Amino acid sequence: MSNPDEPKIEEGVVKTTQPVSSAVADAVAGARRHEPHEPARQHLPEKLYEPRRAVHNKRIDGPFRRFKWLVMFVTLAIYYGTPWIRWDRGPYAPDQAVLVDLAHRRFYMFGIEIWPQEFYFVAGLLIMAGIGLFLITSAVGRAWCGYSCPQTVWTDVFQHVDRFIDGDRNARMRLDAAPWTWSKALRRAFKWTIYLAIGFWTGGAWIMYFADAPTLVHDFWRGEAAPVAYITVAVLTLTTVTLGGFMREQVCIYMCPWPRIQSAMMDEKSLTVTYKDWRGEPRGSLKKARKDPEHYGDCVDCLQCVAVCPTGIDIREGPQIGCITCALCIDACDRTMAEVGRPRGLIDYATLEDCKREAAGEAPRPVWKTLLHPRTLIYLGIWSALGLAMLFALGTRSRIDISAAPDRNPPFMLLSDGSVRNSFTVKLRNMSTAPRRMKVTLDGLPGAVMWTSTTSREAAARSIETTVPADATAPLRLYIAAPKGTGEQPFSFHLVTLDKQAERDTAKVTFSGPGAGG
Amino acid sequence: MANKRIDEPTGTETVGHEWDGIEELDTPMPRWWLWTFYITIAWAAVYVVLYPAWPLISHGTQGVLGWTSRGQLAKEMSAADAARQSLREQIAAIDVEKLAASPDLMSQAVAGGAAAFKVNCVQCHGSGAAGSAGYPNLNDDDWLWGGSLPAIHQTILHGIRQPGDDQTRTSQMPAFGDILEPRQISDVAGYVMSLSGKGPANAAGAQIFADNCAVCHGADGKGLRQFGAPNLADAIWLYGGTKQDVMRQVRAPRHGVMPAWQGRLDPVTIKMLAAYVHSLGGGEDFTQVTETPVEQSNEQP
Ligand code: SF4
Ligand code: SF4
Repeated sequence: MSNPDEPKIEEGVVKTTQPVSSAVADAVAGARRHEPHEPARQHLPEKLYEPRRAVHNKRIDGPFRRFKWLVMFVTLAIYYGTPWIRWDRGPYAPDQAVLVDLAHRRFYMFGIEIWPQEFYFVAGLLIMAGIGLFLITSAVGRAWCGYSCPQTVWTDVFQHVDRFIDGDRNARMRLDAAPWTWSKALRRAFKWTIYLAIGFWTGGAWIMYFADAPTLVHDFWRGEAAPVAYITVAVLTLTTVTLGGFMREQVCIYMCPWPRIQSAMMDEKSLTVTYKDWRGEPRGSLKKARKDPEHYGDCVDCLQCVAVCPTGIDIREGPQIGCITCALCIDACDRTMAEVGRPRGLIDYATLEDCKREAAGEAPRPVWKTLLHPRTLIYLGIWSALGLAMLFALGTRSRIDISAAPDRNPPFMLLSDGSVRNSFTVKLRNMSTAPRRMKVTLDGLPGAVMWTSTTSREAAARSIETTVPADATAPLRLYIAAPKGTGEQPFSFHLVTLDKQAERDTAKVTFSGPGAGG
Repeated sequence: MANKRIDEPTGTETVGHEWDGIEELDTPMPRWWLWTFYITIAWAAVYVVLYPAWPLISHGTQGVLGWTSRGQLAKEMSAADAARQSLREQIAAIDVEKLAASPDLMSQAVAGGAAAFKVNCVQCHGSGAAGSAGYPNLNDDDWLWGGSLPAIHQTILHGIRQPGDDQTRTSQMPAFGDILEPRQISDVAGYVMSLSGKGPANAAGAQIFADNCAVCHGADGKGLRQFGAPNLADAIWLYGGTKQDVMRQVRAPRHGVMPAWQGRLDPVTIKMLAAYVHSLGGGEDFTQVTETPVEQSNEQP
């Protein structure tokens, strides 16, 4: 921590003797946001919290920046657009493609409908997301952080707003330093209004996932939506503006646990954004380098990599927790390298293993080779196995259910003709989106017949038919009369749907009786 | 007084305690914490003024808002009553025999009746309404006075052998101990047992039955509801089904009494009770009313 790289460079240490691993060790120890020459603190820190220094990152263009644009558009389009996709589920279910219906405890996702007792599907998805993160991290490092983390995406949006209103890096730095005037205040007010609008839009999109989107928008503007909708939008507007508009990289560095977890999951085979110090050091300006080409490395110290970095760090200090591996510095440095006529890739995606190899003078390996190593393949295997298992479960799951609870008080009843009667509360569950005709049949219990609380005993039979409404659990009170002398014995209710699918389910229960001679 | 001193690295005074070289600094409490503390004190003072708080000898301070937990309960109860009002009005307006025609109302009435039953009826009929010797089982299909909704309703309204109620259900079986010889009583009891398939028939008993019992219980012993005369040919016995039980009942019959609930319970509750008793599984004369016998329900599992 307390031993920055600069002194070594001044001493002119031979490039290859500076091990990459020392930089890694520094990075693992924590974020390095202090001045490189700041002496190590001997006593208690005077301040526990270092005030934020605003990051004014410079606009850059390049393949990675274009990829980032693409990811940003796709993820935002998914986020804002999904609730508006319609999905026809017939007259008995909502026709919103993705809907978390908390009031009725249903989760709809395109053709899939999840009931609360099927929550293991959601749990499985979360586990898959977790393993997916392991997989991505072990393969391409902190790609999640760099491209698709919501904090990254919205910070990027806000930074573009800054750029649009206040101008690029230098203009923004000037404006920041300038005294407060009416024009600056107006500019800021304008910018913060746009922040608020973005935040509001973000919070507004969130609640669309929990209710029918067009209806909710309508109710929302007429002041007729549920209070929780307004509260949610208010809270999300505020958090979006605070986290994306003002805290930005602080969230990544101080608040978010992922960087720590991801650093722990990365190894020397994971891709990460690396400054190839054996090639760049000692750095010197173009002028100095021209004068003494033997002594200086490829880095011309143009500081473009620092200027474009959205978290305001200097990647040349080695891998560090503040780096979200967005690769914008690669774009910036490649551009500089092109200008000064040196090969690209002074800063590049590389694994630590490859760094060592390259530092030792070997040729760089193609990137795809770095992706195939045992850890990635094992994660991929587990991840796909889980996915296939879930798909299988989803394809074969039953959309009906029967459960039966016997009356315990009294457990059985003698009827006037001597027969034994039991009563059951049977619940028929129809999880499909249309009413279904179902037939409940007695399985076992010879000679017994049953009737319900809404049919007369004369109509008693071995089976009854009923229609269960769409998406509902229907309680059914069943009386079963078995011939005189029937004793305690197991039997079951057999349920079958009277439609093409003919789905089946069985509830095993026990018939209570006095037994023969009772 | 322990020797206080200034701690050099921090510049804070110590409190003068020292344990194994570790000293305690006299750091002031955080201001936010103090302020929170002061605010709670102020809040407590305000609370004492507004709400009942301070116990005195016979009562407590009342608080200027006049709030009481009893008052709040009463308010919530009346709100709940008000919410039930429309249901009660609907049930009040409908004839009890028509209740079954509206499944929604019926199921509400059954639920209300179940609650009323637990308060008023379980003392005699048992918590599962299974009764016991002398107290009819309401789950079975044997009804002395009829098991249709109106018949049950009538029984609950006016009770059984309830003095002072001219519409009450009354039946009286003569005590044959004064009329028949013990031998004859044994014979007729044996014949009655045979009616429900317990033991052989005997001609002497049959003759005695025809002469003395058939008037009320019918020639075949199947009972007559208009007299409240029990069916002797079934498997259900109110006072026990052994020959001894039957003989005792012939000799000196016992007669149960049920209170008339009219006047004790409101008409709506009585209707609900009738619906509940009818729903226990033995109800009669049920006209099938619904196309699909299952009510719409979004009940969660
Ligand atoms: S150092 Fe480079 S890769 Fe890391 S956050 Fe900054 S710009 Fe992105
Ligand atoms: S952009 Fe490249 S050349 Fe410029 S300072 Fe950064 S590493 Fe050096």
